[in-house]
Amino acid sequence: MATRTVLEGAEISRALTRISHEIIEANKGVAGLVLVGIPTRGALLARRIAETIDRIEGSEVPVGILDVTLYRDDLAHHPTRAPQPTEMPVAGIDGATVVLVDDVLYSGRTVRAALDALGDHGRPRAVRLAALIDRGHRELPIRADYIGKNLPSSKEERISVRLQEIDGVDEVTIGARAEAGS
Amino acid sequence: MRHLLDTRTLGREESILILDTAEDMAAAQQREVKKLPALRGKTVVNLFFEDSTRTRISFEAAAKRLSADVINFSAKGSSVSKGESLKDTAQTLQAIGADGVVIRHPSSGAPERLARTGWIDAGVLNAGDGTHEHPTQALLDAFTMRRRLFGRHSRGRDLDGVSVVIVGDIAHSRVARSNLWLLRALGARVSFVAPETLLPYGSRAWPVAVHHSLDEALRVERPEVVMMLRIQSERMHAAFFPNEREYARNWGLDDARLARLREDAIVMHPGPMNRGLEISSRAADSERSTVLEQVANGVSVRMAALYLLLSGERAGGAAAPEPPQRGDTDHRGGDA
Repeated sequence: MATRTVLEGAEISRALTRISHEIIEANKGVAGLVLVGIPTRGALLARRIAETIDRIEGSEVPVGILDVTLYRDDLAHHPTRAPQPTEMPVAGIDGATVVLVDDVLYSGRTVRAALDALGDHGRPRAVRLAALIDRGHRELPIRADYIGKNLPSSKEERISVRLQEIDGVDEVTIGARAEAGS
Repeated sequence: MRHLLDTRTLGREESILILDTAEDMAAAQQREVKKLPALRGKTVVNLFFEDSTRTRISFEAAAKRLSADVINFSAKGSSVSKGESLKDTAQTLQAIGADGVVIRHPSSGAPERLARTGWIDAGVLNAGDGTHEHPTQALLDAFTMRRRLFGRHSRGRDLDGVSVVIVGDIAHSRVARSNLWLLRALGARVSFVAPETLLPYGSRAWPVAVHHSLDEALRVERPEVVMMLRIQSERMHAAFFPNEREYARNWGLDDARLARLREDAIVMHPGPMNRGLEISSRAADSERSTVLEQVANGVSVRMAALYLLLSGERAGGAAAPEPPQRGDTDHRGGDA
């Protein structure tokens, strides 16, 4: 199966702008809001959403990075993963509305791990979930509050999100699983 | 990584991976909830054939903070004192279902034997063997140096060009050996300072500058790191130096030498310290001293090592263990 581009740069940007508006609307502003990205690309997306919210509302939203490697329940089934840095906002997340941001929502296990990890950093008032792509195949009762694009796909397919900051290009592609990707 | 037996075979990339992982572990230790679930359901055995309270509690804290179950085994008062062999002990641990074995042993090479013979599937972590190696101590030393030198920007860095002077009983020191190999892999310059009697045989063939005079070493090497080793009186069965006063005068880090160090130099010591012998109280308690940081960093580094060793898929026999050797020990029937 050939690799096909499903979202291009401008579409990703529009999706993130829409998510930003939705977050502001649901939160009735930016008070008590914290964006927390899941590395690697979720962290970049969280930063972009924060910038967009800043453009719209004129106020900065704290951004954190939350590595969930050490909280995964499948560590014994894969080669060892190296953890990545976690950086939480200085003010912490107690009492805040935390929006977790990831690039692709799939089985839901990463989000489960993120919820556990978040609980060790503090007690947010509420936790929401934003994903650029929702590809289905959930294995846990988890759903996203803000979605860039729903992309029903076969388990045999591979969704790759590439972002300018590390990949040099903004695009989402779908291809056969064996192909290289993120 | 399947085992951590020495630093001699540890490359630059692998060392930096362990140090970077330790940064994440250290960050978790700053939180209110210090525990991580990464090794939930795993069993780590601390197998100590030699007493060492601080190393044991450091490993115990590390394993517990990763949510592993910990079994402490001390040779004293165990079946080892009744004559049980290392193989029998290993097979007992295998039967218990140990996932990781942290071993300290007075014989050089014991951890290697445990890892390579196929007696046990567990990951083996050398916590000091004879006068051979003590890899986690070297890693925590390198971690401490990196943090002091680069602070928040330590991640991913090596120690290229850093001058490290290691002073004291090199002959009996596995810490000195492990440090030498690791620091070399990370690009540091290493010098040993000791009386001739306390230098190990063959050390002149190692990639290290050797000095007999501490004053000369401090002048020539201009070290960023001065690492004082403990005079191990329990191992001093022969006359390696005339007396303690003379040792302190020639090779101890006293107040005068402390004052002559370059401004950014740090003083390290693996502990426990003999104050007044290899290190003066002022040096031990000064801002330059990293002794307590080393202890705290030890937990983070050991967490990193345990995590990298025990978390991934453990394909049976990944290290191609030797086939079990029949006939080298008796084969008992029944439960071990």
